[in-house]
Amino acid sequence: MSREIRRFVAFVSQASAVTGHPGRVVSILDGVAAILLIEDDPLVRRGLELALSRHGHEVRTADTGEEGLRGFRSSTPDLVVLDLMLPGVDGFEVCRRIRAQGEVPVIMLTARGDDFDVVGGLAAGADDYVVKPVRPTVLDARIRAVLRRSTSVADGVRVLGDLRIDTAALTVEVRGAPVALTPSELRLLLTLSGAPGRVFSRQQLLQEVWEHDYLGDSRLVDNCVQRLRAKIEASPGTPAHVQTVRGFGYRFGPV
Amino acid sequence: MSPRGLRPRLLVAFVLVTVLGAAAVAWSGAGSASTALVTSAQQRLTETVAAQIAAVAPELASPPDQSALERLRAAVGRNTLVVYQDLRSADGSVSALVTDALRSAVRDQKRLMAQRITAEGTPWLLLGTPVMTTALDGARTPSGIEVYAARDLTAVEQEIDDMTGSAILTAALALPLAVVLALLAARSVLRPVRDLRDTARRLAAGDLDARSQPQGADELADLTVTINEMARSVQTSMAAMRRMQADARRFAADVSHELRTPLSTLTAVVEVLAMTADGMEPDARESAELAITETRRLVRLVEDLMEVSRFDAGTAQSRMEEVDVTRAVHDCLRARDWLGVAGLVAPGAVSARLDRRRLDVIVANLVGNALRHGAPPVRVDVSASGEQVRVAVTDNGPGLPEHVLPHVFDRFYKADAARSRTPGSGLGLAIALENARLHGGTLTAENIDGGGARFVLLLPRDAEVR
Repeated sequence: MSREIRRFVAFVSQASAVTGHPGRVVSILDGVAAILLIEDDPLVRRGLELALSRHGHEVRTADTGEEGLRGFRSSTPDLVVLDLMLPGVDGFEVCRRIRAQGEVPVIMLTARGDDFDVVGGLAAGADDYVVKPVRPTVLDARIRAVLRRSTSVADGVRVLGDLRIDTAALTVEVRGAPVALTPSELRLLLTLSGAPGRVFSRQQLLQEVWEHDYLGDSRLVDNCVQRLRAKIEASPGTPAHVQTVRGFGYRFGPV
Repeated sequence: MSPRGLRPRLLVAFVLVTVLGAAAVAWSGAGSASTALVTSAQQRLTETVAAQIAAVAPELASPPDQSALERLRAAVGRNTLVVYQDLRSADGSVSALVTDALRSAVRDQKRLMAQRITAEGTPWLLLGTPVMTTALDGARTPSGIEVYAARDLTAVEQEIDDMTGSAILTAALALPLAVVLALLAARSVLRPVRDLRDTARRLAAGDLDARSQPQGADELADLTVTINEMARSVQTSMAAMRRMQADARRFAADVSHELRTPLSTLTAVVEVLAMTADGMEPDARESAELAITETRRLVRLVEDLMEVSRFDAGTAQSRMEEVDVTRAVHDCLRARDWLGVAGLVAPGAVSARLDRRRLDVIVANLVGNALRHGAPPVRVDVSASGEQVRVAVTDNGPGLPEHVLPHVFDRFYKADAARSRTPGSGLGLAIALENARLHGGTLTAENIDGGGARFVLLLPRDAEVR
């Protein structure tokens, strides 16, 4: 079996683990993702739907938080693009409920300068955010970057203290129990644990994990680290694996 | 309190008036009292002497002999001189006191004359009178006898001195009383004045709620009321102005916000147009390209407007982090493909604590401006002192016209009426300046020798969020 096929198989199992929809895997590999777009303005919704479809995605839309959550349950998408300003159940709540139901990545649509939105959205569990008006090319790049986080980097199993990371199957066990990570959390863990002891700056992590340019928002990293710690650390307050290097960034271990 | 303050001036004036008044009253009182005293003493002495003479005179033989003169002198009392032609009878020191002037006056006028003199420190009243004889028919003729009497006025003088002393004492006693009264008066005048001063200071310091409580119904109370009215009217105008300003800002923010929704749609769909433009007719393709360009420009303009609104509303937030300024400037140039047209000169890594995104905005706007309005090559110098980071952007163009220089950071200021090259939003330099200020830094524009404009950004290395 060639290397590509092995990765494909690994990817299928991971994608199934993440989305629960084995049929989706092929589409991701083709660069086509099933996207749920939740946006209340009909024209913006239609415009983004047209553009994302043109970029090759399979787009379903919802105009309210409630409808979005219904659509999410009826056929789980690969990724959710979520406007935060929604009537009724707002974007933050939608994000929290999506997060409660699994590890499907969420990209928020925010207004520039609305730090409140960004902080709230990240706290609700969003993986990334883009500022409206967003160019579809940029949004598409972010979508693909998020989805790429669920592809394996290397074959092998890393055992680091009470952690067991299967870099091919993209599964993580903590003290023998499997832990479900979002694509961002998973890729952050893979990046950090790939070079134990090495210090990564926030900007480096933003470029490697989020594929952002040099002006990336370091709060994405901090937020993701927090959520990752909550999942893999025995006591997240005094982390043993993902450690903060004050004034610089993060490093994995030394355990 | 300064020596020229109102209080000392009021105090001095009040005390002067009181003391001078008291002194004048006491003085004139003492004067008229002493005059009355002297007059009455003189009257009394004169009557006594006249009576004594009258009691003895009828018995005198004419012409009188020495013994008659002696008797008369004894009857009048001590310090008496009686003269009749060459005869004289004297007692005490009167002979030395009687002046020729008095004697000739008595002789000429033939009636009682009085004179006050002071001899060797003792005040005397001198009286001189001719003794008249009364004939049987009642006619009075001078007998040729003259009587001079000297009477010691020391007791009267003493009385006058006592009176003057008590007048001075009265004036002296009035002094502390005058001071106390002056202080009270000064305070009653100065308290409202000081209140007004404090109120004016608070008003000047921006506390438009400051008011003084008018006391009583005098001119100062009027002034207080007037100043309160002035403060109220200033407060009303300020409130109205603030409200209008806030309305204007909110309007700009709202407009920009509302524009963002249709722009989101446009931004999305023009890309679909761009992706399909190749198969279009030439005119349709050009239209699509125009739509794309103008949409991007509109997006930039609205984003800049919203950024300016945030600065105006004071809601601009910054996220400070350790930044290598050289690296950040390099990244800024690289991300915009400017490394070929703009040269970076830096001593190496320059660390500072600032907002990375805002630094990028400043540098991008300065270099973008230099490329649009100046001429390449554009030079970016990064340097640092202990406290500050300096980023200078210099172009090779003709420099800024003198009349443009003061307005270069104005919003929507157009240096040239005809804009030939790709325009910016017209807000770039204004936003760059606001961003520099947010860091507690400065941004200045100047022309350098030999042409070319230079913009100099100075930022504190450890900026506290303003």
